[in-house]
Amino acid sequence: MKRSSMLDLLVLVIRRDLVLAMRRRADVLTTLIFFVMVVSLFPLGVGPEIAMLRKMAAGVLWVAALLSSMLSLGRLFSADYLDGTLEQMMLAPQSLSLLVLGKMAAHWMVSGLPLVLLAPVLGLQFDMSAQALGVLIVGLLLGTPILSMIGAIGAALTLGLRGGGVLLSLLVLPLYIPMLIFGTGAVEAISSGLSIASHLSLLGALLVLALVFTPWVTAQALRISME
Amino acid sequence: MLEVSNLACTRGDHRLFSGLNFTLNLGQIMQVQGANGSGKTSLLRTLCGFVAPDEGVIAWRGENIHELDEEYFAELLYLGHLNAIKDELSALENLRISAGLSGVELNEKAAIAALRRMGLRGREMLPTKVLSQGQRRRVALARLLVGDAKLWILDEPLTALDVGAVALIQELIAEHLARQGMVIFTTHQPLQVAGTEMRSLLLS
Repeated sequence: MKRSSMLDLLVLVIRRDLVLAMRRRADVLTTLIFFVMVVSLFPLGVGPEIAMLRKMAAGVLWVAALLSSMLSLGRLFSADYLDGTLEQMMLAPQSLSLLVLGKMAAHWMVSGLPLVLLAPVLGLQFDMSAQALGVLIVGLLLGTPILSMIGAIGAALTLGLRGGGVLLSLLVLPLYIPMLIFGTGAVEAISSGLSIASHLSLLGALLVLALVFTPWVTAQALRISME
Repeated sequence: MLEVSNLACTRGDHRLFSGLNFTLNLGQIMQVQGANGSGKTSLLRTLCGFVAPDEGVIAWRGENIHELDEEYFAELLYLGHLNAIKDELSALENLRISAGLSGVELNEKAAIAALRRMGLRGREMLPTKVLSQGQRRRVALARLLVGDAKLWILDEPLTALDVGAVALIQELIAEHLARQGMVIFTTHQPLQVAGTEMRSLLLS
């Protein structure tokens, strides 16, 4: 029998959540299909004016990413809460923040990373330039993990509440605004020939900040929900 | 080892118990008794540290459990009403993951051996959603076989178990006590453990 280290436990939680996501593929696919649908509806609704589509592309893709990453937040902790796994996680011999970080990482891999990979394909519908697409992807890569991390705080706070889903979106969406502003700002900057460094470095800074603080805050919120 | 002094617990406006004192030493077993709603589960959850006590102190090896945190959790095994197993995973995966969460890396052979001892031969690879209630409980109880926790806190471990499984649990508890382990449990079914004196705590 071997005692496991911090890293072992982190890997265990990520692997477990990924396996579970693969066995409940429908849940993962709904999020992705939602993203594709929302983004594709805009060109149909707005009409084929290329200049206008190009202008709103980044905004549409980012808003759709915010909404679809939020769709799956409700499930982040609720299944573990209902079947008692969350209790066992709290009794793990490593800090709960670490396990929470693992769950956030798995959530991002399942509901954030696929959006980043789909974005360039969807961006073509809006006739985005290759440069703008590149910046959009970098922005999403930096931004979507923050969405999962901030969302986890909301999911932990609304755990076990009836109608928690609506409350969760009211709590979390305002906090998503900075990522939306900097993410779309970077694409706008590159399209008008300005520097993108400030936008992307602010997103990077937010990511670091979120990595440091959100696991701890989420763990505290979970403890409160479990009482 | 586990010392509880002047413990009080409230649920909503209702005071469940107060002024509770007891000490549990190595190799001892204690049954928490009381009617439905008398606070048995609340007491066990407080002892696990899920709920902060309203009053009083719970000390493990002389130190408050809320300061020990992970050190205490490493020596604790809690089995609640919920089985903490996932329908989508097989019994084997479930056991290995729950052992992993409690800090023990379990290889496949040891996990299969534990499941077989729990009477789940041939069911190791099945997803747990096809298992019966009693079999799922057995999967959850297999954790008793694989950890090295000193203190077992078992909330109604015998629900949904048949006679054979109850005998097996009694055997496991006796082995654990013989290894100088400690057990606190609740049950509404009779549970006899050979060779030890059963202490009991009545909540009213």
